Amino acid sequence: MMHATASQTAGPYWHMIDFPEWADLLRADGPNAGAAGERIVLAGRITDGTGAAVSDAMVELWQADPEGRYDAGFHGFGRCATDLQGGFRFTTLKPGAVPGPGNSTQAPHIVISIFARGLMRALVTRAYFAGDVLLAQDPILALVPEARRDTLIARPAGNGEWRLDIRLQGEGETVFLDV
Amino acid sequence: MADPIPYRPLAEGSQPPYDLPAYGSTHARHPKAAPLRIPQTLTEVSAPRFAPTWYAPHEDLSTVDGKAALGERIIVAGRVLDENGRPVPDAMVEIWQANAAGRYHHPRDQHDAPLDPNFLGRGRVFTDAEGNYRFTTVKPGAYPWRNHWNAWRPIHIHFGLHGAGFAQRLVTQMYFPGDPLLDLDPIYQGSGDAEARSRLVAAFDLQVTQPEWALGYRFDIVLRGRAATPFENA
Ligand SMILES: [Fe+3]
Repeated sequence: MMHATASQTAGPYWHMIDFPEWADLLRADGPNAGAAGERIVLAGRITDGTGAAVSDAMVELWQADPEGRYDAGFHGFGRCATDLQGGFRFTTLKPGAVPGPGNSTQAPHIVISIFARGLMRALVTRAYFAGDVLLAQDPILALVPEARRDTLIARPAGNGEWRLDIRLQGEGETVFLDV
Repeated sequence: MADPIPYRPLAEGSQPPYDLPAYGSTHARHPKAAPLRIPQTLTEVSAPRFAPTWYAPHEDLSTVDGKAALGERIIVAGRVLDENGRPVPDAMVEIWQANAAGRYHHPRDQHDAPLDPNFLGRGRVFTDAEGNYRFTTVKPGAYPWRNHWNAWRPIHIHFGLHGAGFAQRLVTQMYFPGDPLLDLDPIYQGSGDAEARSRLVAAFDLQVTQPEWALGYRFDIVLRGRAATPFENA
């Protein structure tokens, strides 16, 4: 059996492949133009172990459609560069609940991947939605130590915006997932 | 619904660590807690489909508006396979790199080397049914970075791959054979065991080389493979 090629840092110049419009999954000239569902913004700020903004990260989003499907035509992929304050901001549709292991159901969630200078491998985490009734039975969230679960739960900020700040290291460190 | 067949865990020694002391930028950016292993769900085994309709291929980086970039024109070709040796078709491969002088067409790159108006350094190709990809570019130059005194990156091309499952997503770098800087580069040296590192180095290939036109390099890429077939799993 062969082994997977080693991951390498995206470095500080990955913006060569940045297309800022990809942060808007609902863009008028994109693959999801006209898709129906609850329009949301997912935004946040990424900081490092010293509290400094991570201003050169490539953030990618991966999610199901509003019915919880990955294969029904909705293109659940986005990419966003962090700004000088470490901020990212995606416009998308709120995903639905997705089947989980066994007969379980996963609460609606969005996968967030972070690539950057200083990250030899991507960091992968999830954004769940505060207040969702399915959070209590989500099979993945159940594996996260209770004291750290909050780091995966986006909070409503009004007008359809949800916020999730990401701390790469140290106090309040985000729970990253080895998938 | 049956549980999806997961991708294999990454093999010991095949990947770099998050904490790489010789690479300064990892110090404040690596998580202190090991990432939490989770079972792969539909979320991790599904992946976005990148249709060329929406993501236009751009396989010739060596010209802009028909004008040739400066430097040594090269062809890079290879196959994208999974760990089970099966081709990965329709994978989107993103490419970015410095120009022949070692300068990125990027506002934050302040290296005192010339920009080339005929070289932007970004491309996008898709694998065919057998997993083959190919693009034309110029050989990048080495460039300095401030990681330590007199630090220079070995010449490299950045690759980003999107396979058939989210768990296959890979960002990596291709290096060139015989580069003396490889021995001195903390990123390359920190990238797993000797076998893992050697897989990051392309091979000069006379079959890929085109007479009177460009030298050819072969760079095969392996993405994670599924743990078992449905039959083995039954
Ligand atoms: Fe580079």
